[in-house]
Amino acid sequence: MMPPSLVRNPELDTWLRIEVDGTVAVFTGKVELGQGIRTALARIAADELDVALGRVRVHTADTAEGPNELLTVGSNSLEESGHALRLAAAQARAQLLALAAAALGAPADALEVDDGTVRAPGLSRTTTYFELFGGKRFACKVTGDVRPKRPDEYRILGRPGERIGMADLVTGQTVFIQDLRLPGTLHARVLRPPSPGARLAELDDTEVRRLPGVEAVVRDGSFVAVVAARPGQAVAALERLRSAARWTEEPQLPDQAQLAAQLRAARPQSFPVIDGTAVQAPVPPVEAPAGAAQTVQASYTRPFLLHGAIGPSAALARELDGQLTVWTSSQGVSVLRVEIAHALGIDPERVRLIHVAGPGCYGHNGADDVALDAALLARALPGRPVHVQWTRTDEHTWEPYGPAMVIDLQASLDASGLVIDWNHDVRSFTHVSRPMQHSPGTSGLLAAWHRAAPLEPPAPRPMLTYHMGIHRNADPLYAFARRRVVKHFIAGSPFRTSSLRGLGAFGNVFAIESFLDELAAAAGQDPVAFRLRHLADPRARDVVSAAAERLGWRSAPRPGRSGRGHGVAVARYKNQKAWCAVAVELTVDGSAAVRLDRAAIAADAGQIVDPDGLASQLEGGFVQAASWTLHERVTFDRMRVTSTDWQSYPILGFAEVPEVETVLLDRPGEPWLGAGEASQGPTAAAIANAIFDATGLRVRDLPLTAERLREAAWA
Amino acid sequence: MEIRVNGQLRQVEVDPDTPLLWVLRDELGLTGTKYGCGLEQCGACAVVCDGRAMLSCATPVEAFVGRELRTIEGIAEDGVLHALQRAFVAEQAAQCGYCVPGILVALVALFERSETEGGDPDGSAGGAGGSAPRGIERSRAPSDAEVRAALTGHLCRCGAHPRMLRAVRRAIRELGSP
Repeated sequence: MMPPSLVRNPELDTWLRIEVDGTVAVFTGKVELGQGIRTALARIAADELDVALGRVRVHTADTAEGPNELLTVGSNSLEESGHALRLAAAQARAQLLALAAAALGAPADALEVDDGTVRAPGLSRTTTYFELFGGKRFACKVTGDVRPKRPDEYRILGRPGERIGMADLVTGQTVFIQDLRLPGTLHARVLRPPSPGARLAELDDTEVRRLPGVEAVVRDGSFVAVVAARPGQAVAALERLRSAARWTEEPQLPDQAQLAAQLRAARPQSFPVIDGTAVQAPVPPVEAPAGAAQTVQASYTRPFLLHGAIGPSAALARELDGQLTVWTSSQGVSVLRVEIAHALGIDPERVRLIHVAGPGCYGHNGADDVALDAALLARALPGRPVHVQWTRTDEHTWEPYGPAMVIDLQASLDASGLVIDWNHDVRSFTHVSRPMQHSPGTSGLLAAWHRAAPLEPPAPRPMLTYHMGIHRNADPLYAFARRRVVKHFIAGSPFRTSSLRGLGAFGNVFAIESFLDELAAAAGQDPVAFRLRHLADPRARDVVSAAAERLGWRSAPRPGRSGRGHGVAVARYKNQKAWCAVAVELTVDGSAAVRLDRAAIAADAGQIVDPDGLASQLEGGFVQAASWTLHERVTFDRMRVTSTDWQSYPILGFAEVPEVETVLLDRPGEPWLGAGEASQGPTAAAIANAIFDATGLRVRDLPLTAERLREAAWA
Repeated sequence: MEIRVNGQLRQVEVDPDTPLLWVLRDELGLTGTKYGCGLEQCGACAVVCDGRAMLSCATPVEAFVGRELRTIEGIAEDGVLHALQRAFVAEQAAQCGYCVPGILVALVALFERSETEGGDPDGSAGGAGGSAPRGIERSRAPSDAEVRAALTGHLCRCGAHPRMLRAVRRAIRELGSP
């Protein structure tokens, strides 16, 4: 089957070009988010073409050139862009060899290629791709008929090698969207409202306009920004503007302490989940089966979470002769282009979006919103490039949050401790509000809601497709005889919520894998053995065994009180991407503080493309999820978000990061699978399970803070 | 106003209250020093000032007159990467890399203090959220605890910490114990 990216973008020239300067230009509709996709795609192209990795230049998404691959999400890039590029490169190589055969007067199947230089046996003459075809166009479609290399023919894939761009990163030369400037760039800061529902009542900007360097104060309803010649001037002017503004705001937020109760009390739209897909059907009741020796129930919660990019969102825009260009770190330039045009009421043909590297975003953060900010200000100052930089507080208070979740589980065991019935009810707000559902009068972009003629946020809708949003990884990987999985979608979130790395998988896997441990304890069985007993999938079994072995798993079916514990958990992202098991060893001290001592990650992502890139994603996912698990929670009072910076929203630091070992199970010939969202869910549950092993305390509400552990101890 | 950056005296015409960060980035074009919070909470804006790691996002440029500043752009010498930079490349100790310049300069300051006797005895220059802790015994490579302490004020969101700590160990091996 042709990959969807090739169906959408069939022309070979859209994917790669042989350049006269001896390089190969590779185009992708995906974007680099720090996940290393440029390196992985360069490896695929270089290996398939038989050129050195250093010759490949990867061009990420631009609405004016290269393929349109919609969004860089869902751990799909290797499977989508990588698969398409592999077929494109295989075909390009075959066509180049046909040309070389003619030029050298030798049969194509006798030719050998080394770094783009083509040789024929017995001939001293050689030629190169670049002499033959530099600057030319293939002018044909990718047919998918040319056989790509077999695993035993790979020279680059699966082997260690450099990561593209590292030398620029360590010398400060990499240009992030926060750093991008054009000659004459102006610098803007937006005065965002102090609370979600606040409206600007009064603003006397007379003094601000007189400040040095201030070029304009742009006001459009409750959207207010200051534009200055220099960033330091914009920063200073923003603070003056803040004191000059008066807002009307109401206490609209719920009581944070009652959040889980409110999620339970809310009227949801409910859908049974069958084999990973939500369906429109009556929700079956929970019924413990006859023959149940034990029935166990438990509830788990996850709070609102931040993406928390280290660089707050930024964008650059310029309008010249009615054409608007926006430089952005968005995950989906072609989608955002349409949404920006819609918000501005102009033809998308007049808008070009160019992707520029950003700080890691981990999902849908403020990157799209700031692009509209920049577009609005560039239109207010035609001809002038305007760079907009969100503040730390803007990012903490206005990025779309990963939504809160409540997960209720019930399972029954037979007399032998086998799970014979499984029930999973997950309640949450939308995990999918990327600005792509535009309809008249609505926009998914923040500034559009605050303008004098506002567009409304689109009404969130439940997404029913395979492992989408709330029900991502709700369907367990285990071979349970009976399972009932239900998605409960709740429309009225107090905050805008959207995709945070893993979407529902983080909460669902935390709950499932914590509960598995509770069931193992109820059955008096070792958590590793209990998992293996219920896993039919051999690749899932392999990662569990590998992680446990690497950690030095110590079987302890009854929790100790030693303060030191082991925990394990496993999942396969969306039940279709990489398999990943995480095992941790930790210590809980007398004050109930958790110290992570060691972690072992084992993963199977099919054929390995880039071992270091794969390990980085898994390790980084572990560290980020350990931070979510131990520390993170968006806090708010009845009016405002109160977690507005890194002090009020602390994250895991260098002092707390354990030794992490990663075991990669290579599967040559198996499809390569996305792994960027594989380790987060298992990490949370492995930590909770290790805390239980160490202390006998089962904490089911994230984050697993010392305060929560002490509460559990007193209970 | 004149400030000394990466061995050169640079003339800047700005409001003396402007935080050093914006002067480096937008007057001198040294955008390797990053804006992360403007609140001295994340370490992305760290530079080396008179041999110590300091945050540049909230302190006015005028406070740096007469000081010796080094930014990430001034860490390599004559195009030769510092051992720490080489180790970061070798260990692929970054994902997005936004936090890397601040972390590298903090480590460079820590390493140079452990290589040289002396230095500022009172340690009053402050530091990257507790970076460059006082009382490090000089004349030896920093311990793991000292490295972690020096990076306490530096946030990384991608979770590249394990690789960065490995890179530090690699650099220490490469430099050898003095």
